Amino acid sequence: MTTTAPRQAAAAPPPPPAGPSAGRRLRALLLRQWRRLTAMRTAIVLLFLLALAAVPGSLLPQRSLSQNNVRQYLADHPDLGPWLDRLYLFDVFSSPWFAAVYLLLFISLIGCVVPRALEHARALRTPPPPAPRNLLRLPDSTELRVPAAPAAALDVVEEELRVRRYRVERREGVRGPELSAEKGHLKETGNLVFHLSLLALLLALAGGKLWGYEGSILVTEGQGFCNSFQQYDTYSAGPLVDSGDLSPLCVDLEQFTAEYEENLTAASFTADIRYGEPSAEGRPTTIGVNDPLRLDGDRVYVTGHGFTPCFTVEVPGGTSFEEVCAPFLPSDQQTLASEGALKLPDIPGREEQLALRGFFAPTGSMQGGLLTSVDPRPLAPQVALQAFSGYLGLDSGLPQSVYSLDASQIERGRLTEVGSANLAVGETMDLPDGTRITFSGVKEFAAMQLSHDPGQVWVLAAAITLLAGLLGMLLLRRERVFARADPGAGDGGTVLSLASLTRGGGESGSRFALLTDDLRTALASAAPARTASDPEVPPRD
Amino acid sequence: MTDSALAELSDTLFSVSVALYSVALLAFCAQLAFGRRRARDRELVGAGGPVVEPPLEAAPSGGNRWGLLGMGLTVLGVLAHAGVLVARGMATGRLPWGNMYEFATAVVLVAVVAYVVLAVRAPGLRHIGVFVLGPVILAMVGIGLFLYAEAGPLVAALRSSWLAVHVTSAILGSGIFLVSGIASALYLARTRRSASAPGADTGILSRLPSGESLDRLAHRTAVFGFPIYTFAMIAGAIWAESAWGRFWGWDPKETWMFISWVVYAGYLHARTTAGWRGRPAAWVNVVGFAVVLFNLLYVNMVSTGLHSYGGV
Ligand code: HEM
Repeated sequence: MTTTAPRQAAAAPPPPPAGPSAGRRLRALLLRQWRRLTAMRTAIVLLFLLALAAVPGSLLPQRSLSQNNVRQYLADHPDLGPWLDRLYLFDVFSSPWFAAVYLLLFISLIGCVVPRALEHARALRTPPPPAPRNLLRLPDSTELRVPAAPAAALDVVEEELRVRRYRVERREGVRGPELSAEKGHLKETGNLVFHLSLLALLLALAGGKLWGYEGSILVTEGQGFCNSFQQYDTYSAGPLVDSGDLSPLCVDLEQFTAEYEENLTAASFTADIRYGEPSAEGRPTTIGVNDPLRLDGDRVYVTGHGFTPCFTVEVPGGTSFEEVCAPFLPSDQQTLASEGALKLPDIPGREEQLALRGFFAPTGSMQGGLLTSVDPRPLAPQVALQAFSGYLGLDSGLPQSVYSLDASQIERGRLTEVGSANLAVGETMDLPDGTRITFSGVKEFAAMQLSHDPGQVWVLAAAITLLAGLLGMLLLRRERVFARADPGAGDGGTVLSLASLTRGGGESGSRFALLTDDLRTALASAAPARTASDPEVPPRD
Repeated sequence: MTDSALAELSDTLFSVSVALYSVALLAFCAQLAFGRRRARDRELVGAGGPVVEPPLEAAPSGGNRWGLLGMGLTVLGVLAHAGVLVARGMATGRLPWGNMYEFATAVVLVAVVAYVVLAVRAPGLRHIGVFVLGPVILAMVGIGLFLYAEAGPLVAALRSSWLAVHVTSAILGSGIFLVSGIASALYLARTRRSASAPGADTGILSRLPSGESLDRLAHRTAVFGFPIYTFAMIAGAIWAESAWGRFWGWDPKETWMFISWVVYAGYLHARTTAGWRGRPAAWVNVVGFAVVLFNLLYVNMVSTGLHSYGGV
């Protein structure tokens, strides 16, 4: 479509010398392009393009899902990767070309649906259209010979159709008295509701993106966070979010509980929290998987969990750090084997900084000299620790993950390993300089997420009307029935032509046959009585 | 019965249903091979007279016992197939669609049931039994070989009443779409023959229902499946909002559901648009079929996303 349009425009015959003015021609051209854009064919092509455009978004790693996977992909494909990146193939759903496709589709939709809605509004108020000239040309049509006079026969037909909830209009046509009946405007209404709901849905989505935000943070039992971008580990916010405007909410995690089935399938995760305004006491509640905290406009989720080992570090010279803890990130979701780091940059009276890097197993087991985890429950927690001393590079200006040590500092020899050991809870390792590190215990942490999406309820409302419109459009039928009465071949009777036009819903033929059968019966039982008394009696009202 | 005995029964029934489908397939083959040609001209309508649209398919000529046998065996196969899921459900005390094996088994069941219902209402459709059961058996064997997962409890994220709503409607929608896709594929095969050589309308394909009824079958099943699929998508979004913290995140499974939904919207449009009716629209439907299959298999087995849980 997009390729044919310019070509056809270019191939248009050159304007005759005394042709319309440039402005008029431009208007005609724009009108033509607009018609083309709002044609059903274009809609089909655009729908296809939309489907096609979504494909790379599922086959290539996406930044919106996992920054890490994208980084990994770029590292694995140093030649191809940057090119794909330039084409937004790692951000497909926020790329300009994806937006172009759906915006074109929605412009086409507006151009298609708005005129149709206006026309439908008019049609609702106007009577059914006159019968076509030749009724027997319609696919569902028949001729009945009835003894009643034309007007009386049409009366019977009208009555039968009104009982069936048709709107009926009688007219005196050139070819004799005729009748048009119609029902099923709801089908068209359904179509419009559906397509307009799609527009509403898009607007609600856009609103949610503009004014919504989301922050996530790992919270260890006994700690908490408040809703501000400085506190979150990661956050994303729409362009119209004012960071001073976040709802004042703080959440404290009191206890996290993970339960497992016998075969170690995770059965439930629940977090006992307190929440409220920053200064307030906080109300207790329990949230979990499938069961977030819903507040006015904000939701708080538990999206994951893991362990936070705690250590006591005693440095020679009297300083000691009690219970320094760091969340270790699970590297295996089945066994919750985790990895993490603990950084002690400021030790009074010492130049060197101290850091621990470790592997944590909630239920540890030595296999081939290596610590591994065999169970996600903290039955026998162990850490394999490496201690480093030197310069961490925290103030080097480059951002560093809090969950790992900067490997380049180790490679450059700025950080040197000064000891390693496997520790169970309560065990201690001694470093050559006399520092004592004790694995003092383990807590659980919850990965929490706070989301604010003001468009969400509108998306839901649009989705519901969309479904209702869809059902109306697909399941209802629009039927028109026409009848024309011809005075018969001089015997006082009538030749009644009947026809119907159906949109939607399968076998129109058999329904038409049923209708004609009913009409025939009604005409047979009603007609003789009236013709017997007075064939020329005007129709009763 | 104990849970493990029930789980074993479920596995046995799986083999039984595949066996029954296979014998039914043979019967349908015999029907195509030995059955007499149908008198299709009956569908022609005299001009002027009352036009009666043919029912979905005219009854087959010469009561075809092979076809009946095939239908009977298929129904038995369906019972065994349903038994697979019922026994699973009883063994695990939950809805039997908690992992790919169960989900895929259920989708195939819906496809067969949809076919049986249609074929009971319109006997002419028995002639496409081979083309429904062939893919069904392939699918079942594939499911048994590659997707099999032991009966077991659900992971925490799946313990929600939305599992019943979202997954059940997704199963229904996908199963119905599969039948629709098969009908469109047969329509394409059928009309290619008569288009290339109008006179030479013989051979196996000529025993199929007429192109028009295949096309109508495809459209009607798609019209039936589309709202269900739409509902599945909405229910999924509602569930995702409470389970994952966002109602839509372009997770691979979500993306492919969106893609198939858009393709079916394209098909419904194509059916009502001049220039797209007939074969082009049928191609769109076949593409939809491929996308649904891809979504069922590839996305769960190969890509990793939030939806990859429950084994495989
Ligand atoms: C945003 C994407 C769209 C979707 C998902 C969509 C979906 C649908 C669906 C499912 C139908 C039902 C077809 C049937 O009755 O069998 C339909 C009908 C229709 N659509 Fe769309 N549509 C979209 C965009 C458009 C656009 C852009 C136009 C106009 C150019 C349009 C015009 C129509 C019309 C006129 C019908 C009625 C067809 C008929 O019953 O004759 N749609 N649409």
